[in-house]
Formats: sequence, C-alpha cells, structure tokens
Amino acid sequence: MAAPSLSTSGSTDFAETSAVPDFSVRGLWKVFGHRGEKIPGDPELASLPAAEIMERTGCVPAVRDMNFDVARGEVFVIMGLSGSGKSTLVRCLTRLIEPTVGQVFLEGQDIMKASGAALRDLRRRKMSMVFQHFGLLPHRTVIENVAYGLEVRGAGKSERRTRAMDVINLVGLTGYEKRFPDQLSGGMQQRVGLARALAGDPDVLLFDEPFSALDPLIRRDMQAEVIRLHRDMGKTMIFITHDLSEALKLGDRILIMRNGELVQIGTGDQLVGAPIDDYVADFVSEVPKADVLTLKWIATKGVDLPGDCATLPADTVIKDAISTVLKSSSPVLVIEDGSVIGSVGRDEILALVGKQDAA
Amino acid sequence: MSAPSLGPNLVKELPERPRPQVIEARAKPEAAAPKRLSIKTMILLATLVVWIICWALFKGKATLALGTATLTDVHRGLNDFNEWIGSGRDANPWFIYLFNPLRAFLDTIANFFTETLAVSSSGKGYPNIGWLGVVAIATWISYTIGNVRVAILTLVGLILIGLQDLWVPAMQTLALTLTAVLISLVLAIPLGIWAGVSNRFNKFVTPVLDFMQILPSYVYLLPLTLFFAIGPAAAVVATVIYAAPPTIRITAHGIRQVPTTTVEAVDSLGVTGWQRLRTVLLPMSKRTIVIGINQTIMAALAMVTIAALIAAPGLGQIVLRALQSLNIGTAFNAGLAIVLMAIILDRSTTAASVRAELGARAAKGRNPKIRWSIIGGGLVVTAVAIYLSQTQLWAAVFPNYKFKYTADSNLTSVGGAISDGTANATTWIQDHFSGLTSALREGVTSIFLNPLESLLVDTPFFVVGAVLVIIAVVVAGTRPGIITALALIFIGLLGMWSAAMATLAAVLVATVITMIIAVIIGTLMGRSKRADTLIRPILDGAQTLPAFVYLIPFLALFGPTRFTAIVAAVVYAAPASIKIVADGIRGVSPTTLEAATSCGSSTWQLITKVQIPMASKSLALATNQGIIYVLSMVVVGGLVGAGALGYLVVSGFVQLNLYGKGLAAGVAIVLLGVTLDRVTQAATSKSGR
Repeated sequence: MAAPSLSTSGSTDFAETSAVPDFSVRGLWKVFGHRGEKIPGDPELASLPAAEIMERTGCVPAVRDMNFDVARGEVFVIMGLSGSGKSTLVRCLTRLIEPTVGQVFLEGQDIMKASGAALRDLRRRKMSMVFQHFGLLPHRTVIENVAYGLEVRGAGKSERRTRAMDVINLVGLTGYEKRFPDQLSGGMQQRVGLARALAGDPDVLLFDEPFSALDPLIRRDMQAEVIRLHRDMGKTMIFITHDLSEALKLGDRILIMRNGELVQIGTGDQLVGAPIDDYVADFVSEVPKADVLTLKWIATKGVDLPGDCATLPADTVIKDAISTVLKSSSPVLVIEDGSVIGSVGRDEILALVGKQDAA
Repeated sequence: MSAPSLGPNLVKELPERPRPQVIEARAKPEAAAPKRLSIKTMILLATLVVWIICWALFKGKATLALGTATLTDVHRGLNDFNEWIGSGRDANPWFIYLFNPLRAFLDTIANFFTETLAVSSSGKGYPNIGWLGVVAIATWISYTIGNVRVAILTLVGLILIGLQDLWVPAMQTLALTLTAVLISLVLAIPLGIWAGVSNRFNKFVTPVLDFMQILPSYVYLLPLTLFFAIGPAAAVVATVIYAAPPTIRITAHGIRQVPTTTVEAVDSLGVTGWQRLRTVLLPMSKRTIVIGINQTIMAALAMVTIAALIAAPGLGQIVLRALQSLNIGTAFNAGLAIVLMAIILDRSTTAASVRAELGARAAKGRNPKIRWSIIGGGLVVTAVAIYLSQTQLWAAVFPNYKFKYTADSNLTSVGGAISDGTANATTWIQDHFSGLTSALREGVTSIFLNPLESLLVDTPFFVVGAVLVIIAVVVAGTRPGIITALALIFIGLLGMWSAAMATLAAVLVATVITMIIAVIIGTLMGRSKRADTLIRPILDGAQTLPAFVYLIPFLALFGPTRFTAIVAAVVYAAPASIKIVADGIRGVSPTTLEAATSCGSSTWQLITKVQIPMASKSLALATNQGIIYVLSMVVVGGLVGAGALGYLVVSGFVQLNLYGKGLAAGVAIVLLGVTLDRVTQAATSKSGR
C-alpha cells in the first residue's frame, strides 16, 4: 500500500477551509500542583515524561505545550483516552481552568490577556460550551434554562422568550419548555444544554464529551443533530470525545492527545492511513478502513492502462467504490484534479478488505 | 471523562507510577501488623498492670482531692477577677464602648419579644399580643411555610401548653429563642455563604466551629456572665454561640455541594459572581440552608432552657428549680411543654425545608389558588385574633381551666393533673420496681463505675497522669499525647484534678455503654431497611430534645445519683452514635458482602468479620461523637447528683464565693473535652484503613 506523502505531523495545516483561524492555541500548558508554573519554563523538566515530572515535582502536567489552529466553520475534534487531559484542554480554552502558560487566540484576540469583564463578555457572546453532565439548573424550567445566558447578559424578557423559543424549536424540544430538567430523559436534557449554548448565538461551540453519558441510540440521534446544526448554521465547533467512531463521524480534523501531549492532527483518513506512531496505529486499528480511507490511499501509480477504463474521483471512500471496481473487468482509474494519479483493481480492494477481515 | 474539578482531574491524570507503591504500602502493614499490634497491646497491658499496682500500694495518697467548698489560690484569684470586672463595669472602656451597649442592644430585642409574647412591663403585665393572637400567628406561619398538618400540630400543641398552666413561661422561652435565632441567622447565613464560596475562609472557620461544637453547651455561660452580667443578654449571647454554628456549617456545605458541572456551565455563559450566587448557588442550596436554620432553632431552644442556670426566665427555669428540689411532677410537666415546643418548631421548619425543595414546582403542580386563599383568609383571622387578644381579657390571658380528673379529686388544671399523675406514677414505680432499678443502678455503679473511678481518683496524680499520656500516645500518637499532657497539667493547676478524674470515669463508663448500644442497634439498622425506617424517626426526635429533658424520667427511676446522669448521658448520646454506626454498616460495599456470602460466611461471621471491621472508621467516629455528647450530659448531670465538675459549675452559678471554682471547673471541662476529642479523632484517622 502506497501512502501518499501528506503532512500528518504535529504541525498544522488549517488553511483548507478558510484563511483566518477562529481559534489558535500556542504553547499552552496546564500543570496542576504546587508551583506548577515552574515546569513549562524549565527545558529540562518540560521534556520529561509525565510520570517523571510527577515523581520529581509532585506536579501533574495535564496539558503540555499544545499548539493548533481551528478554522472558521470547522468541526475540530480533540480525542484521547480518560486522563489524557482533553477535558482540561477545552476548559483552558475558555479559562474555566486557568492555563499555566500559553496563548489562546479567538479571532485574533488573546483570551489569556482578557480582563474579568472582557472574558465574561466573550463567554456571553462569542463562545458557549456543552457539558457531559449537562449542568442544567434543576430549579428552572427548560425555557428558563435556555434563556439563562441571555438573562445574565441583560437581555429583556420578551427578547429572551422569543429567542429561547426559537432555539427550543431548533433542537426539537417544542412542547417541553415548561418542564423541569429532571422530568426529561438524558438525551432531552442534553438538547436543553445544546439549546442553552446556541441561545446566545456564539461563534464557537465547545463540546465536552456531550454524548458520553447517553445511550448508544440516543447518542446516534444527537450526533446527527449536531451534524444537521453544523450544516445549517456553520458554526465553528470544538468537540471533545474518547470515542473514535464519533470523532471520525463528526470531525473535519482530529487531534489525538496522550498524557497531555499532542500526538497527531489530521483528517480521519490521514490518521487511519498514515498513523504517526504505534500509539495512533493501535488506536485506529479497529476502524474499518474501507469506511474511512479514500481511493487515493490505495491507488497504484504509474500503471499502463487502456484509456477506456472506468474512472472514479480520488476522494471516493473505498466502501463506495467496491461495486464499481469489482464489476469492472479492468482496474479503475483514480482521478484527482482532472489527472490520473493511479489505478485501483480487485487486488488492492481485496488486500484491504481481506486484511481487515483477518484482523 | 467526568473531570470538571481539579480534584478528580488530578487523580485521573496520575501516571502509572504510584500503583506499585500503593501495593507496597498495603503489603507492608499486613506483614508488620501482628508484630506492631502486639507491641502496642503489650505497652497498654504493662501500663495497666503498673497502674493497678500503684493503686494498690499508694491508694489515697497524692490524689489532689479538694473539698467542695475548699478554694485554692486560683479560685480565689478568679473570684477577685469577677469582682474586679463587676466593679469596673461602668468605668472600663471595654465595657462602656463594647459590652454594655451590646448588652443594652440585646436586652432591647429580647425585651421586645418578651413584652410582645409573654409579659409587658407596663399596666397589668399582659403581653402585647395575648395567647389567642400568638396561637393564630403561629398557626398561620406554620401553614404558610409548611402545610396543613404542621399548622394543626402547632395549633393543638400551643393550646396544650396553655392548658398545662405554662403559657407565660413558654412564651418567655419562645421570646428568648426568637431573639437568639434572629441574631444567629443574621450572622450565620452571610458567614455560611462566605465559607461556601471562599476556600480560604472555610479553612479558617471550620476549626473554630469544631471547637465551638465540642464545648459542652453550658460551659460558656459562666464566662459570659463576666461580660454581660446575669440576664437575658448573657443568655442570648450564649445561645447564639451555640446555635449559629449549624447554620454556618450547613449553609457552607449546601453551597459547596452544588455540582461543579452546573457552576462551570453557568461560568461558561459568563456570569458575574453575584449572578452566580443569586441564580445558582442560593436557589440550589435553599433546602440545605433551611435544614441549617432548623438545627439552629432547635439548638437555640435547647440552650435557652439551659440558660436557666444564669437566670434566663422560662420553662428551663421551672425544670431547673423542680430538678433541684426533686419535684418530678413539676419537672415532667414543664419538660413536656419543652418537648411540645421542640416538636412544633422542628416539624414546622422541616416542612418548610420540604417546601423549599419543591419550590416553584409545588406551586405549579398542585392547586395554588386554594392555598393562597387559605393564606389570605388566615391572615384576616389572625388579624382579628390579635385584635381580640389586645382588647379582651379571655383572649389575652390563657383561661385558667380546671376540672376533676377523678370523681373524688380536687378541682385541678391539666398541668396540675400531669404533675400529680407523674408524681403518683413515680411513687408507684419506686414502690414496685425499686428492687429492679436499684439492682441495675448498684450493679453498674459497683462493677464498672466505682472501680474505674477509684483507679482514676485514688491513685497518685502523677501515676494517673503518666498512664493517661501513655495511653494517648499509644492509641492516638505523639501530638495527641502532648495535648493530653498539657491539658492534664492545666487541670491540676486549676485545682480540678480529682473532680476531673471522677468526671472522666463517668464519661468513660457512659461512652462504653453508649457504644455497645450503638453497635447493636446501628448494626441492626444498617442491615435491615425495615429496622432503619422504624428506628430512625425515633432517633431524629430524640436528637431535637434539649439535654435537660432527658434527666427527668431517669431521675424518677433512679433517684439523684451518678448513675442517673450516666443513663441520661447514654440516652442523650446514643442517637448520634447509632446513626453513624448504621450509616457505616450500610456503607459496606454490597459486592464485598456478596463475595463473603459466596465464600459461605454465616450471618454472624458476615457481621463480625466483614461489616463491623469495614465500618471501623464509622465506629471510631461514633465513639468520638459519643464522648462529646456524653461529656456535655454528664456535666448537666451535676444537677442531679452526678457531682464532680458538673456540680462545681452549677454551684458556681448559685454561690458567689464559689464562682471562681465554678469557672475553673468549666475550663477543666473544656480541657477534658478538647483532649478526648483530639485523642479519639487521631485514633479515628489511625483506624482509617
């Protein structure tokens, strides 16, 4: 299998969607513990593995030297196992947890330098967050919960009502607005959380494992809901999850974290097709490759073929190409930007699918 | 990953490294345990043997015993100090600018309530609002904050108190209680909120509250009289000191228990600190705060009755005088009125806390119109009742209702009938069961109490002191040992050694009995849900009663002896300890129980080998709480012949020349309490595994 050479390292290549990044993170650290601020500045300590830092200083580096950009309108997924620091990272982005050092830019403005009032204003208007355990106010009805953010930023009563009802309808909670949170199912409660985040019409939505506490079926519905909202509203989303299939389903790009460190950033097929190390390879090994990889990942280059062969675009997912390739008597040409980059025949398809079955 | 707060995050981010250490740490004591345990036991046994030998050899020598009326220089010094302060009351700037105005302020509030509810200082002494008005207001409030049931309870209870001939003293008690509760809440709720939001303030205030809690309730009455003289002001200050901590503590707890996710969620929406408090923290801790208020009210009632010792008027005064003259009938009648008031206050505020939880929802769910029209109608009725109680004699002063409870008896009031009935019943019990009660009393006294007391009191003081310090070091560690040594030295210097040892003996015996009861009933409750639902309300009820009340029935049964005080202490302390043990037993993981059962353990083995050992931390905590409760009650028992420190404090209230000695005894009680608390707490954390 010939993997095309693509930038899959820690460096960033956000430029695909838009020129101006919404979110930029530079050299972000969060170290828990006494005098944790010493560690990022100390090159010797900073390069040690987490366990060693813990041993020497008693401090826990939850986020280490994080750098990435998120483009406007992008769904950016941060993925890692429990304890990898992803929840800490997303809280650092809104300073719910105060980062130790580093910079976080939202539309070019450094959040780290924002005063208390400026930070509140950012949270009220620019970014909202959806939480794993919902964080709803049990003593308020659904509509009062949804309108809460508008209330704290001083919106009038009628404006709050109108806006809240709009959002409630948008997330499919129509008819439930007078209920209290504990009268709703988990999925419904998370819709309230989603509506609350949307009510302020923020530019950026942050999701902290929003669906982990839900049943699989409801989770699937909610994922579809997020995809629909993203399609309709095009908001920038930063999405935390520990579930790789969720990450592949939702994410334009995925950042994999381990022990507070960035391991790899890339699109789903980049992670599956060209994992940067064994950790990522192990992570993605269970993924059905035919569902994720596109033809360009398996196309054989430079083969001499007759011109009347069937053709398929390079970004066709392999799964969707199977029937065409198998029906065709000869290999299928793979076209990218109008030129042939190679061909895919039964052998390539079977090699991939067969390997998968063996595993 | 649910790691919103720093704590869980830290735990989760821990790398693999510490795991082997944990295993090592676990393995070590297991290997070393039998050896270390035997050393400990050997030290304790050797100490005990030496102690007994010393006791046998030097019995009665160097005991530091002191006659009841004998004074030391320290006591005389304290007497002089009292006189000096008394004479300086109008000259010293502290008094002129701080204590006297504060006292005047507190007296004003207390007098306002007293004149409104009980006796006015002008005219014929009728209160500004007569009984009819008070009953109407109280019933209306119970309905508004609670429900129909507590309203009826309030109505019936108050009329019953009136029929007991105790309306005026009950209103005096209520007036002082209201004063103290008002001031407590004004102070405690803001402090509690502060402790809830600020970690730093919480760290500062928690040990202060702990200390206030281990002080037996009436120990600070005597020092307070130094600054506020005898009267309502001192009673109110003492009550506030005793009653405010629960609200501070529980308010802080309520605010702290608001889920981090919720706080984070509203933070992420950009709330200000004030918005967070007003829209999230306070509404979500409302119910808990009301529970705190409930505890404050109950504590205030208990303390106001005890403040009878410094001449606070009311029901406590009647109980106190009856106890001192061994008039069981009168004591029981007044005690019953206290219980009635406690029940009314407790039920109403508990109903209020339930309503606080339902909050807006109940109003939306049930039919609010009926409720609001009853409240409105009730308001009108209440206004009429108040008007009547100010203009009509029958509505101002509770009617003196008399009846014949048997055909040939004299005309008597309900209160008189209760007193007589109790007195007759007491006589009957004493006539028929004196064999049983005295056998029980003599048995425990001669088998447990006397030997232990003799060992503590009659052995030379330096031997006992050394023994106690060694025990403290072995069971609790070096620091508690040092605290013990210092406390014992101070007790000796205060001239309180012998009395303190006698009190210690009573406390230890009562604690052992308390713990036996707590383990038995607690295990039963922990294992059986049905037993729990049956017993827990009784315990809750018992915990709301003022300490005083417990003495009355046992005085009737056992007469004025040390044993009476011990039994009263056990009954007073047991509910808290039982609950802690029950919760500990219930807390044992069901998986572990299943595993043990699947190995073929019998029920007995399950209890003794799994549940009780795994609940050892709760057991130790129960002992700690038990000792503190027992101490405060054994001291109150000074009123009924328990002697020792409690008696000295009580006589300090009564006789001016014993004031200094009483004060010294009070300090000795505090030292004893602090020592016992520190030692048992350290032992608790040692038994933590």
